[in-house]
Amino acid sequence: MKVFIDYIRSLFLLELLKGLQLTGRYLCAKKFTIQYPEERAPMSPRFRGLHAQRRYENGEERCIACKLCEATCPALAITIEAAPREDGSRRTTRYEIDLFKCIFCGYCEESCPVDAIVESRTYEYCFENRGENIMTKEQLLAHGDKHEVQLAKDLEAQAPYR
Amino acid sequence: MSEEKTITIEVDGQPLETKAGALLIDVTDAAGINIPRFCYHDKLSIAASCRMCLVEVAKVPKPIPACATQVMDGMVVQTRSPMALAAQKATMEFLLINHPLDCPVCDQGGECELQDVAMGYGSDVTRFVEGKRVIPENNIGPLIATDMTRCIHCTRCVRFGDEVAGMREMGATGRGEHMTIGTFVAHNINSELSGNVIDLCPVGALTSKPFQYRARAWELTRHTGVAPHDSVGSNIQIHTRRGEVMRVHPHSNDAINEVWLSDRDRFSYEGIKSEERLTQPLIKKDGEWVETSWEEALETAASGLREIASADADQIGTLVSPTATLEEIALAQKITEGLGSPNIDYRLRQEDFRGNSRAVPWLGQSIASLEDVDSALLIGSNIRKDQPLLAHRVRKAALKGAKIQLVNPLQLDLHFDAAQMVSDPAGMVRNLAAIAEAAGGSHHLTEQIEVTDEHKAVAEGLKCSKSTVILLGNIAQSHPDFTILYGLASVIAKAADAFVGVIPMAANSVGAAVVGAIPNKGLNAHAMLENPRKGYLLLGIEPGLDINNPALARAAMSGAETVVAITAYRSPCLEETASVMLPMAAFGETSGSFVNAEGRWQSFSGTTGPAGESRPGWKILRVLGNLMDISGFDYSSSEEILDELRGAHGGELQVASLGAAKGKIRSAVTGLARIGETPIYAADALVRRAASLQETEEARDAAVARVNPSVAADAGLLDGEKVAVVQGEGRAEMVLKVDANIPDGCVWVPAAVPGSESLGDQFGELSLEKV
Repeated sequence: MKVFIDYIRSLFLLELLKGLQLTGRYLCAKKFTIQYPEERAPMSPRFRGLHAQRRYENGEERCIACKLCEATCPALAITIEAAPREDGSRRTTRYEIDLFKCIFCGYCEESCPVDAIVESRTYEYCFENRGENIMTKEQLLAHGDKHEVQLAKDLEAQAPYR
Repeated sequence: MSEEKTITIEVDGQPLETKAGALLIDVTDAAGINIPRFCYHDKLSIAASCRMCLVEVAKVPKPIPACATQVMDGMVVQTRSPMALAAQKATMEFLLINHPLDCPVCDQGGECELQDVAMGYGSDVTRFVEGKRVIPENNIGPLIATDMTRCIHCTRCVRFGDEVAGMREMGATGRGEHMTIGTFVAHNINSELSGNVIDLCPVGALTSKPFQYRARAWELTRHTGVAPHDSVGSNIQIHTRRGEVMRVHPHSNDAINEVWLSDRDRFSYEGIKSEERLTQPLIKKDGEWVETSWEEALETAASGLREIASADADQIGTLVSPTATLEEIALAQKITEGLGSPNIDYRLRQEDFRGNSRAVPWLGQSIASLEDVDSALLIGSNIRKDQPLLAHRVRKAALKGAKIQLVNPLQLDLHFDAAQMVSDPAGMVRNLAAIAEAAGGSHHLTEQIEVTDEHKAVAEGLKCSKSTVILLGNIAQSHPDFTILYGLASVIAKAADAFVGVIPMAANSVGAAVVGAIPNKGLNAHAMLENPRKGYLLLGIEPGLDINNPALARAAMSGAETVVAITAYRSPCLEETASVMLPMAAFGETSGSFVNAEGRWQSFSGTTGPAGESRPGWKILRVLGNLMDISGFDYSSSEEILDELRGAHGGELQVASLGAAKGKIRSAVTGLARIGETPIYAADALVRRAASLQETEEARDAAVARVNPSVAADAGLLDGEKVAVVQGEGRAEMVLKVDANIPDGCVWVPAAVPGSESLGDQFGELSLEKV
């Protein structure tokens, strides 16, 4: 009997139709594929892309050279040197991130007591020459200035969970 | 005595044997049981003000502070019981009420006792919502940064000033919430030991200003080392980061520096990064200094000296700095000997060489034993400024009741009770001779000595005590009658059954003498300059600043054919006198050894690479030796040299006589007499370039001429006026300061300060002129 049923099934290509049914369902369903770079995938506010340094609204850099990010960085990608600025405040004289070393774990962002170092939503960047992998303080601040609105929004979205 | 009785107590269920009367916190510390504390410090008195060390003791209804509780037989202590924990947590909460949450910008972050204890014993959330207390900033000088808002009133700094530094510079004003620690009226902290409050402060209220914001404790690599400025040989920790010396901390050693460090040793590291550092070998070509390669510079140096030596080896003179390492000095000595010259000396600031020149001048006893003397006579010693940590030992003795007496050419501002006998330099000899006569000793001075009651009192003070020490300091060693002073000191010592010793001037003075940087039959440091040589080898010396008679030194060296200077710094007086400058590694960059005042050999390793093209001194000297074809220069490490030196000179130091109480008094002058002290922050090349130390009041006030009011009135000069100091051919313009501490007929004109390069002997006749 079992042999007979199997024969009928294979004769009418039931398995194939079953498979095509799934294909057919996806054929009519809403498409997931996006047309990068014209289209972009949605991103979490916690996305960990290229680093940025932020400023306060009055233009003062946030970073106070506490060096917690440097201490916590598991890849030893951050190098900081600090000294008193002319006004006596504690500031970095050098803040560099080696993007070859960085593993984008986000610990720097998490350890920062003043939300100065953050990881932005930027993920499209490349280096053409050796040395460009080191992000200097100026580059970090410039990047932060460019994306400040988004960065502030993302931090606010994360705030209840931190 | 009950103190000797051994008792048993129980702490956290663990039975501990201890001496009756010991402090509970000391007993638990020894057993490795941790009790949190802020105000307790084992070198300071007990305050019991922070209440952090509260523990529960059975049969005592309330928790009691472990730091102020003496143990009793059968005591049962709980350090982690619910009562003790609740007390500790509550104390922590109260301490944090007014402590700002600014750890990220605080320099103490990472090495903060409050941070650590709050993590271990505090609560995880704060219940305090009211406003915190804020204290306005106050500036207490270039060495210590303050942020008194962070202060938790442990009063360690206050007790330190009172009990150790001997200057009550800080104190508490106000009560309760309004209590603040400060300097009462705004002024700088001027103690020569002030930097220790940085270590004592458990929070970030007092931090190091030169180090401010520069690094975190966790980034630093610690290297043990030896302080290079005075003969105490304080043990230090050099903290480096990425090949750079970031700061210096004391390394505790109860036999030497205990847990303290003088400011000079703590902050002098700034001089390593001086702009005047020599980083490339230099040769003088047609009067111009040109940078060159090591090969050419070494070849020029070697051939220059060899040429002179082959004609007449006696024309070579070697002067080594007593701050150079043992290894460097030994190699310099070997080169000099290899060239056939007998002329080598390290006693750059000494003028009188009449005595037994081969004897090793040292303390004659251990540093720690100084605090147990009953009576001390200090001759020509500004001990507080010259050897701050020896002064601390003497002070301890004085606090225990020892009678300290001084014979000096100026009235000193001391931090202990002492009888000071002040006179002009020649009067020092007469005073000492009178004390010797009063003590019943005999001398062979040609002069008639008048013995007064004062002298009899000093002699009596020395004779009536059980352990007496007579020490000759830096001023005595630069004195034109050093050998007579030493001889008289020996006479007094014999009569009063006392120890006589010399406080060596520099970090390695004893070492230099031990390894034989003293001429046997050759010329001493003074004679080498009086009879100019054709070639000089200078090791770590600035001729205008490091030598007793800079004018003589500069003249002699300017006239020489070859002057090879192995130096860490490019200084104007070397540019003027030298012909080759070889860049030497500075403090912290080279391995080596020092022998301190008590004859202790202490070695240290290099902590960072030498700046630029500079090389460790012993390597430079080794190559020089090889280039000159002198045998026995095959060392591959400084340890090899040290092993050889230990084998040859490592024996115990003997106390040998350095002088005799006879001869002519050379310090007598007809006009005004110069008192040429070397100020604390001008002692050697490194400290002279330490920026923050040079900003202290002490350093800023150093380069002045001081006279007492009557001398000023006689000369018609006013305080603050610019005067010309004329000594022989030399002339220097300085600001005049009227200072009642200077005796009649004298002018205090320091050595080793800017302007003193053109002057003569540190002690000699001079005149003042209006400008």
